[in-house]
Amino acid sequence: MPASRESRENPVHDALVRAGRALRLTLLIALAALFLVPFYLLLRNGLASESDITAPDWTFFPRALHWSNVRELFDDPNVPMAHALLNSTLIAVATTAGTLVLASLAGYGLARIPYRHANAVFYAILGTLMVPAAVTFVPSFVLVSSLGWVSTLRGLIVPTLFSAFACFVFRQYFLGFPRELEDAAQVDGLGYWRTYWRVVVPNSRPVFAAVGTIVFIGAWNAFLWPLVIGQDRDAWTVQVALSTLNNAQTVNLHELFVAAAVSIVPLLVVFLFLQRYIVAGVERSGIDD
Amino acid sequence: MPPAVLRSPKPKATRRQRNRTLWFWVFVGPFAVGLALFTYVPLGWSVVLSFFDAHNTVTPRDFAGLGNYRRILSDPEFRSSLTTFAVFSAIIVPATFALSLALALAVNRLRWAQAFFRSVFFLPTACSYVVAALVWKMSIFNGVRFGLANTVLGWFGAEPVAWLATTHPPWYWLVIGTVRLWLQTGFYMILFLAGLQRIPVRLYEAAALDGARPGWQTFRYITFPALRATSVAVALLLVINAFQAFDEFFNLLSDARGYPPYARPPLVYLYYTALGQGQDLGLGSAGAVVLALVIAVVTVVQARWSGLGRKEE
Repeated sequence: MPASRESRENPVHDALVRAGRALRLTLLIALAALFLVPFYLLLRNGLASESDITAPDWTFFPRALHWSNVRELFDDPNVPMAHALLNSTLIAVATTAGTLVLASLAGYGLARIPYRHANAVFYAILGTLMVPAAVTFVPSFVLVSSLGWVSTLRGLIVPTLFSAFACFVFRQYFLGFPRELEDAAQVDGLGYWRTYWRVVVPNSRPVFAAVGTIVFIGAWNAFLWPLVIGQDRDAWTVQVALSTLNNAQTVNLHELFVAAAVSIVPLLVVFLFLQRYIVAGVERSGIDD
Repeated sequence: MPPAVLRSPKPKATRRQRNRTLWFWVFVGPFAVGLALFTYVPLGWSVVLSFFDAHNTVTPRDFAGLGNYRRILSDPEFRSSLTTFAVFSAIIVPATFALSLALALAVNRLRWAQAFFRSVFFLPTACSYVVAALVWKMSIFNGVRFGLANTVLGWFGAEPVAWLATTHPPWYWLVIGTVRLWLQTGFYMILFLAGLQRIPVRLYEAAALDGARPGWQTFRYITFPALRATSVAVALLLVINAFQAFDEFFNLLSDARGYPPYARPPLVYLYYTALGQGQDLGLGSAGAVVLALVIAVVTVVQARWSGLGRKEE
């Protein structure tokens, strides 16, 4: 107790505290600038001329901006950018919609429908969280190729629809959902199915937004699975296209950078609008409870 | 339907129970079947396949017994991939942990622009490893003529460094480490921020009454212990994610000529073994099984050691 009163009346201590605060803020601003540099470089190189990117006397600002790079990218017959963007959009949208439906139904059933073996089923689902997805890519490839789904959208979408993580988040959320609302619905004669669609879903929009955003970002950025399954050029996602062009090095650098910049635009839009849901979803997922 | 209850409560109860079971499976069934088909079946298949010779085929043909396991465990490349993982996680786990915790503490105490700083540090989470690797390889750490890192070095009169190609000293680790640090720190910062917000203010008031000085003392005796559950979860996730590193290694190090012999983590090794030129799916499956076992052991040991599940006081 004496220490705290003393510090409040001590001018030297006050000055130290203020200096510490200023130092912390300066460090934070410097780090924030550092974190933004890669985004800036993406934009800088995407809009610069080829010679501006590879010049020996590299400068932080390009000498001129070339907005025509964007049109050049989509006109280049060697770079299937439009098709890859279409594939990525189809995959991300289908994966998000499918995951939300499947995982939310399962989460609700586990949380609310009494069934003798519900716990066993829940642990069987939870157990797959312990199996890192990346360890199963060889056997999953084996399965998908024996189904004849290599280089098809089916093969890229269907195996990714069953997210134990999403199911777990929904179950935890529905366990905390106020029972009174559902009881009222059942008094009104609604069964599980209609209670779910008419009462529970409309009142759970934030958790759907949170899980949907996380799943969408994951699906858009996924690389290993699309690389393994999307072997034909027609099945390339944006990430596989970028990686292939990067490794082939036959493409112009400014085109590669403008393609990369274009590829993150959809995500930045989703991200900026739905960020608070991601944060809420992460906080709610219960991984640290 | 109250009259039915009055007449015969027992059959009604079992019918309701059967009804519930049916509805349970209507809700959970599609998900459970899909999960079984695309997780449990591949795992089982992989275990079976790992005991067979399977080149260019997914149907087991010649029984090989433990041959695949013997081959993969004696393969110096597989063993070096495990070493690569060990080095990688020894760098990336403590670095991400420290930076994300520091950022969370700093951002949490901001009086203004808190949302702005949180967004800036969280924003890279929306970027893919492919895009980040492109920026790192072709712009920041570009080898010889151009690039941000060598330009900055040039200001101090230093010679340009071939970052990704230099193995002595291993400059390539700096490139690989910073990509992941940039991409994932913001996510863990959010986890720590969530944990910080759950610490009751009265703990700090009590500490102040007991004469604890704000700063290091408060952090050491109040904040850090209160964050224990979050810290354990973050450390576990970091190690598991480090094991699965693939995207940045593949995109930073491989090119039209192939993949250099150094810094080949387990997944990159498996990718080239099972799906590369040889298409040795039997050997690849054995590798996947070994990797799954290693991850399981490391996770259990780490969880035990850090006391996961122990309740906080």
